[in-house]
Amino acid sequence: MGNTLFDKIWDGHIVASRSGHPDAVYINTHFIHEVTSPQAFDGLRKRGVPVFRPGKTRATADHNVPTLDQHLPIKEALSRKQVEMLTANTAEFGVELYGLGHPYQGIVHVIGPELGITLPGMTIVCGDSHTSTHGAFGAVAFGIGTSEVEQVLATQCILQYKPKRMRITVNGQLKKGVVSKDIILYIISKISAAGGTGYFVEYAGEAIRSLSMEARMTICNMSIEMGARGGLIAPDETTFEYIKGREFAPRGEEWDKSLAFWKTLRTDDDAVFDSELVFDAADIEPQITYGTNPGMGMGVTGNIPALAEIEEKEQLSFSKSLQYMDLQPGTQLLGKKVDYVFIGSCTNSRIEDLRMVAEFVKGKKKSDDVTVWIVPGSKQVEAQAIAEGIDKIFEDAGFQLRQPGCSACLAMNEDKIPAGKYCVATSNRNFEGRQGPNARTFLASPLTAAAAAITGKVTDVRAMI
Amino acid sequence: MDKKFANLVSSVVPLPIENIDTDQIIPARFLKATTREGFGENLFRDWRFDENNEPKADFVLNNETYKGRILVAGKNFGCGSSREHAAWAIGDFGFKVVVSSFFADIFKNNALNNFILPVQVSEDFLAKIFRAVEKVPTTAIEVNLEEQFIEIKATGEKEHFDINPYKKTCLLNGYDDIDYLLSLRNEIEAYETTRPFNF
Ligand code: SF4
Repeated sequence: MGNTLFDKIWDGHIVASRSGHPDAVYINTHFIHEVTSPQAFDGLRKRGVPVFRPGKTRATADHNVPTLDQHLPIKEALSRKQVEMLTANTAEFGVELYGLGHPYQGIVHVIGPELGITLPGMTIVCGDSHTSTHGAFGAVAFGIGTSEVEQVLATQCILQYKPKRMRITVNGQLKKGVVSKDIILYIISKISAAGGTGYFVEYAGEAIRSLSMEARMTICNMSIEMGARGGLIAPDETTFEYIKGREFAPRGEEWDKSLAFWKTLRTDDDAVFDSELVFDAADIEPQITYGTNPGMGMGVTGNIPALAEIEEKEQLSFSKSLQYMDLQPGTQLLGKKVDYVFIGSCTNSRIEDLRMVAEFVKGKKKSDDVTVWIVPGSKQVEAQAIAEGIDKIFEDAGFQLRQPGCSACLAMNEDKIPAGKYCVATSNRNFEGRQGPNARTFLASPLTAAAAAITGKVTDVRAMI
Repeated sequence: MDKKFANLVSSVVPLPIENIDTDQIIPARFLKATTREGFGENLFRDWRFDENNEPKADFVLNNETYKGRILVAGKNFGCGSSREHAAWAIGDFGFKVVVSSFFADIFKNNALNNFILPVQVSEDFLAKIFRAVEKVPTTAIEVNLEEQFIEIKATGEKEHFDINPYKKTCLLNGYDDIDYLLSLRNEIEAYETTRPFNF
């Protein structure tokens, strides 16, 4: 019996597998940021151990940074302290930092791929659950807690139980106005926010294969929202094309050798998965969430389920969620007035996302009642957008292009959606309070978000293109 | 942090809500601390307190009737963000055990790494606990890690729970993963010599 791609990478990185113990897995690349690393560095100091392989960890400041006036000192004292601690810790332990003001700074899951640090066949971890993003390159990438960050700093290894394998195949082709974000929101709405717990997912099928690298990252990014440990896509020409020539990508002879290895990275035809799911791209319409977990989603023209459609023991949670959202069971979301539109986060803040939005809004103006924030994923995305004149298109449309960071995805900085307001967001979580205390989030694709920005309402973007 | 885990008999705090994510357990705006201490104050912050920082009377943690070192919650507990701060907040508040019918993976690891025991029970048993506590709020529950069972003392209803033997040893003895990984230094260095590239 053959092996899955996930098994090949995982098994190839086991340093020790003692009976009764979880696997000690070697980590090729470790990303850190200001929020989940200070206590890990503290732990090293207390134990008196150095960072074992400082060259394999890269740091950036993203979660907590302001997205306006980044050249000025951070106003909020606690945020400033976290960012300063990252600078001090990385200097003390010899870790490379792309901090505020650095041309490579940005959301950790955006900069890894765009700098050519993320490569096929790697094991990648970061103290952030959306590390699954890097799986788009055919890497085993997953989020970890701070104690585990400390493990990796101290030993370049992590102790982990091997997850089970799931394959999700999406056949066919996407319809007009439907993009990769809709695929993943659709899958999560079908299998629920816990449907992938315990699994590592491989995405396959024509609809996935035909996506660009950036669109693939959007899919893998949200693997965690179905509870999966991570998600990956076997590398192919699209992958190699994307990596070639990037800042830290292999070159010359090293490139040739790497490429030869990467081409072996696929699931064997006779490999068996613990679970297999198959979807058809033609069934997917633009998606939107109505509730307070990413599994509570539907097609944009759909109705919120009626209470009777919900299993009895889940009714309490369902009602609580709709109460928070101030929405009625059984009603439509289409036409619902929105107050904010947030286009950003490690799910949808790459240059293709910005291009997609710019192409759609060119010559249009936002609705007067809506505040629109576009937050690029990195300094490089920002620079590219400006070089292409995308910033002008946004300005003409009344959209505010801000500076890179996580921003209103988790509202740790000042970018908060006010209490009670509705925001169509391209980020990945609609949890209560995620975008600010009592803020209400509708997750959607950049296109659906842009359509809402123009009309001021939840809109079926297909009618506008 | 209390490193060793001892068997425990306690009343419980019931939270019969599903999909409780780590943003609820500890909202992002409280993640700015740079130490592990003090997060208990903000545990379930937005469910516990209103905009004016007044306790919300209808939330269970503000109800004097429910106390104890065991939190019992609906399925898929701890989903969402990988923030270990969620485990720190639960521990700092004084919980040693979280019971649910299903845990998110990262939360489970984070809890164990902080010597908090996640006890996964059947849907049925979870419902039994909720019913027992509804009837008698001070219902005592025993969690026995050595023998791996959880028991509703008043009725004697009991269920076995699973835990990896390695993690069990760590919890009972107060060992952590880094101690073990550091002991593998030679294996790690040997492994590195087998890899031509960084992947
Ligand atoms: S953009 Fe949001 S989801 Fe992504 S790393 Fe930042 S906080 Fe996490």
